[in-house]
This record gives sequence, C-alpha cells and structure tokens, in this order.
Amino acid sequence: MTPLVQLRQATKRFPNGRGGLHTAIRDVDLDIGAGEFVAVVGPTGCGKSTTLSLISGLQPPSAGTVTVGGDQVQGIPGGVGYMFQSDAMLPWRSVLANVAAGPVWRGLGKDEARRRARDWIARVGLDGFENYYMHQLSGGMRKRVALAQTLVNEPSILLMDEPFSALDVQTRALMQQELLRLWAGSGAAVVFVTHDLEEAIVLADRVVVMTASPARVKATFDVRLTRPREVEDLRTTTGFIEIYREIWSSLSAEVDIARKGQTRAA
Amino acid sequence: MPLETATPVPAAAAGEHDDLAAVRAARRRHRATVWGLRVLVLIVVFGSWELLSTYYIDPFYYSKPSLIAQRLGEWFTDGTSKGSIWVNLSATLQEAIYGFALGSVLGVVLGILFGRARLLAEVLSPFIQALNAVPRIVLAALFIIWFGLGMESKIATALVLVFFPVFFNAFQGAREVDRTFVDNARILGASRFQVLTSIVVPSATSWILASLHTAFGFALIGAIVGEYAGADKGIGLLISTAQGTFDAAGIYAGMILSTALALLAEVILGALERRLLRWRPPSQSAGAIGI
Ligand SMILES: Nc1ncnc2c1ncn2[C@@H]1O[C@H](COP(=O)(O)OP(=O)(O)OP(=O)(O)O)[C@@H](O)[C@H]1O
Ligand SMILES: [Mg+2]
Repeated sequence: MTPLVQLRQATKRFPNGRGGLHTAIRDVDLDIGAGEFVAVVGPTGCGKSTTLSLISGLQPPSAGTVTVGGDQVQGIPGGVGYMFQSDAMLPWRSVLANVAAGPVWRGLGKDEARRRARDWIARVGLDGFENYYMHQLSGGMRKRVALAQTLVNEPSILLMDEPFSALDVQTRALMQQELLRLWAGSGAAVVFVTHDLEEAIVLADRVVVMTASPARVKATFDVRLTRPREVEDLRTTTGFIEIYREIWSSLSAEVDIARKGQTRAA
Repeated sequence: MPLETATPVPAAAAGEHDDLAAVRAARRRHRATVWGLRVLVLIVVFGSWELLSTYYIDPFYYSKPSLIAQRLGEWFTDGTSKGSIWVNLSATLQEAIYGFALGSVLGVVLGILFGRARLLAEVLSPFIQALNAVPRIVLAALFIIWFGLGMESKIATALVLVFFPVFFNAFQGAREVDRTFVDNARILGASRFQVLTSIVVPSATSWILASLHTAFGFALIGAIVGEYAGADKGIGLLISTAQGTFDAAGIYAGMILSTALALLAEVILGALERRLLRWRPPSQSAGAIGI
C-alpha cells in the first residue's frame, strides 16, 4: 500500500534574484503514513517550509513526484490542513469568523459553520473570546485560533510550520500538550516542522533530520516513547535523553555546516 | 489539567472606576483646550482681515468677513440672483455625489481587477499613466459640448477627477495583499472568487477608504469647475456670476459654501471609515494613507 504522503526525488528550485536558480530542496524522499506524527528538523533556511509547500500543493515540484493519497498532487489535495509559519489570521475578522471561514468556504451553511467553529474555539480553550479581533489576543491565543481554524476542517494531513516557535517556554509546553490531546483520536497524519529538537522528540513518532541547504533527508529516527505523553515530564526521562543525544549528533553536524555557510556569505 | 484557563477580561473592577473617570476627565479637558484654540485661530484670522480691510486695504478687491457674512445672509434669506440658494446647493451636491459614486465604484472595480490581473496591468499601465497625466480639469469644457449645460456634464467632470486617485489606491491595495492570507484561504477551501471577496477586497479597504477622503473633495471641485464652465444653476455658477459683477464677497461666500459641503462629506466618510476599520488597533486607524 502506498503511504498517505510520498515524496520521490522531490526537488524545488527558485529564481534567486540574481538571474540564477537557487535549489531549496534536492531529491527529497519522504513517506508519511496515515495517522503518523512526523517531525522535521533541520538548520534554518534549509528548505523545510518548501517541503511543506510541495505537499500542500501551493508549489509544484521542479522535479520528482509528490503524491497524496496515491494521487499526484495538482492544486491543493483534499484533506490538507496547513498552519503557516507566519501569522495568517485575518485581522478584520473576529475569532469566530476566522475559525468559521473554512467550513463556509467549503459550502457549509453559515449556522452549521458557526456551530462547528464555536465547538473548536471551546476545544482550544478560547471560550468567551469569539468576538475578539486578532490584535486583542496574545501570541499564544492567536496560535490557538490558527489551530482551531485548521482543525475545524478535520484534515487527514496536518502540516504545521514551526507553529510554536514564537511562544515563550511555558506557553509552548502547554500548546504541545494540547496539540497531542487534540491529535489523539483524530486519526490525522501530522508533519511538524520545528527548529527545536526537544519539541520534535516530545511530539513525534518519527523525527526526520534534513541536511543543510539544499535539503535532503539525512536520517530518520523512530521515537519509541509510549503515548499518551506528558511533555513536561518526558524531557527528563532517560529514554528521552538517549534519543536526544542520538538525533543531535546527526543534526548538529548540519547546523555547523549551515552556520559556516552563513558566516562565509556574510 | 494543564489547560490554560482563558477567561474573558472582566469588566472594570470597583477600584478602576476612579482611574477611568480621571482619564475621561483629562480627555474632556484636552478636547476643550483644542477646540478653544481652534476658535481663537478663527477669531484672529478673520478679525485681522476685518481690521486690515477696514483701515488699510481696499475691501472692493479683497472684501471682508462682515461683507461676506452679509452676502451669505442675503443668499439664505432673499435668495440669489440665480434663484433659491437651496436649489443651487442641492444641484452642486447632487452632481458631486453622483460623480463621486460613479467614479469611485469604477475606480474600485477596475483598480482591484488590474491589481489581480498581472498581464492586464502590465499591458495597460502606460496608457493609464498617460491618461492620468492629462490635465483633466480641461475636460470640463469638452463635456459641456458633449453633454450640454445640464447636470450630466458636471457629473462627468467630477467622475474623471474622482476615478484616478481611487483607481490607483485600489490597485495598490489589491497588489499588496499578504500572500499568506491568500494561501491560507486556498488551503481552507476558498475558491478564486471567494479569495477575491473575502481576502483581496477587505485587504484593500483601508487603501480605498484613504483615497475616498480626497476623492470627495475632487468631486466637488469637478462639479464646481463644470458649473463655472457653463451651467444654469449651482455654486460654480454663483461664483462665476459674482466674478462677472466684481462681487468679491460673493466669490468668498461661494467658497465658504463649498468648503462646508466638503467638511460635511468628510465627517460622513470619517464615520464610515471608523465603522469599516473598527477591527484595527486604535493607534493605527488614525493615520490614513494618502494617494
Ligand atoms: N518563494 C521563494 N522564492 C525564492 N526563494 C525561496 C522561496 N521560498 C523559499 N526560498 C528559498 O529557499 C530556501 C529554503 O527556504 P525555506 O523557507 O524552505 O527554509 P526553512 O527551512 O523553512 O527555513 P526556516 O527554518 O528559517 O523557516 C531559502 O534559501 C529561501 O531563500
Ligand atoms: Mg520555514
């Protein structure tokens, strides 16, 4: 059986602004099974966001293939949800209208869309904030809105691009725990991009390490920690520390390469 | 349970009431000061004009506030040489409003269309720049030949003056739409049309509203210049009649009336803007972008 998401030799090049081409990712092979939680880590600028944009269908690959549910990706595949790295909530809409947007655009009646939106707003812990505008919310609350907006469409593939990286440590742990709670039983596959190796291990079934730019998949590590997990407690267990060491030895080499590349460019 | 207990902000507690009252009182005092100073500015300007033209300069050429007030009084009580003042005012206002409405609808629709259709914009932009460079006020004369002395020619003049600033702002607004908003909407299931109505138009709204402020002023200018070029009623006609009889006070009186109309429109547009942009953080909504 083909996996839910499959990248084969996927390559993406962008015009680099000097008349040439910049290869963001090269020959990426990646399989993601239904219901699987996969974290992707790699040095900054290596091409993690680009990988997600290929899966989402927002960008076509320059070479290679991307399939979702066995079909070649053309346009946006059904069942994909995407939490972007930058803020994507509409500032002129209330929390409720932002969360209800997806169902309304998908043709659900306004009342039904609002009912579902209210339900999800409550589930992400924002009860009572339905009529607030984005500038009236804290950073963590905005991420909750984004989460509700994505999950209300009940995606079978959830792409998340460093969703919690702008949050303080406590809020981040809180959001990680909630993500696990909301994901459990949803049956959705998650591709979670992050800089933070701890976060990757705490959340995922599998951690994919990417090389410095242009990104390829360097190695994949299975995280055999039992679920349900308590993110705060997990960090200090020996199982966690062991796998952290193992993955870090692979990742740190790439981070060093990326750092040297940057100092040379500067 | 590790859930963050997020509760809505409670209403101001008892202790905060005094602070709130103090802040309000300070704000009231500040407003009173500002308005007081504004009135003072008016008194100084008109007072010195009155004194100067009474003792030093010739009021026949430069007129003076008391004469202007007298002329305005005549117009409103006895009517003007061109009929009731209300007929003239409403003619100008109607022409400006029609020209404003047509010009801004056209500007918004075409601006957004061009902003989203890259090829169209690229092909036609030199022509639009050229049209924009035409001294459009001269068209008033042409429109009188085309449409006659009635309202249509003034509406057309107002329209062409309104169209360009609105068009350019709508165009810019539609171009500057945040890419992430569009991508996010597409992922969430929005069709192309839904992206246009739910993302592009609201994004461009603050740009468009900024241009509408100046646009109503242009509409009034268009109507008045059109009337000045040839009409059977309107403020422009009153001004040109006053000019013909060397009635400086009449010209000033016409100016004051058109200024009053422009200020009225500004108040209405300001209220509309506040209503449409109420989602903005308070500090931002004050500074509108010009054209
Ligand atoms: N639309 C684009 N046009 C041109 N170049 C692009 C575009 N998108 C990405 N790139 C380039 O591709 C490379 C990878 O970018 P990408 O955003 O995928 O990195 P990333 O791994 O997500 O980085 P970060 O961790 O900092 O978010 C970068 O060098 C970037 O400049
Ligand atoms: Mg990124």
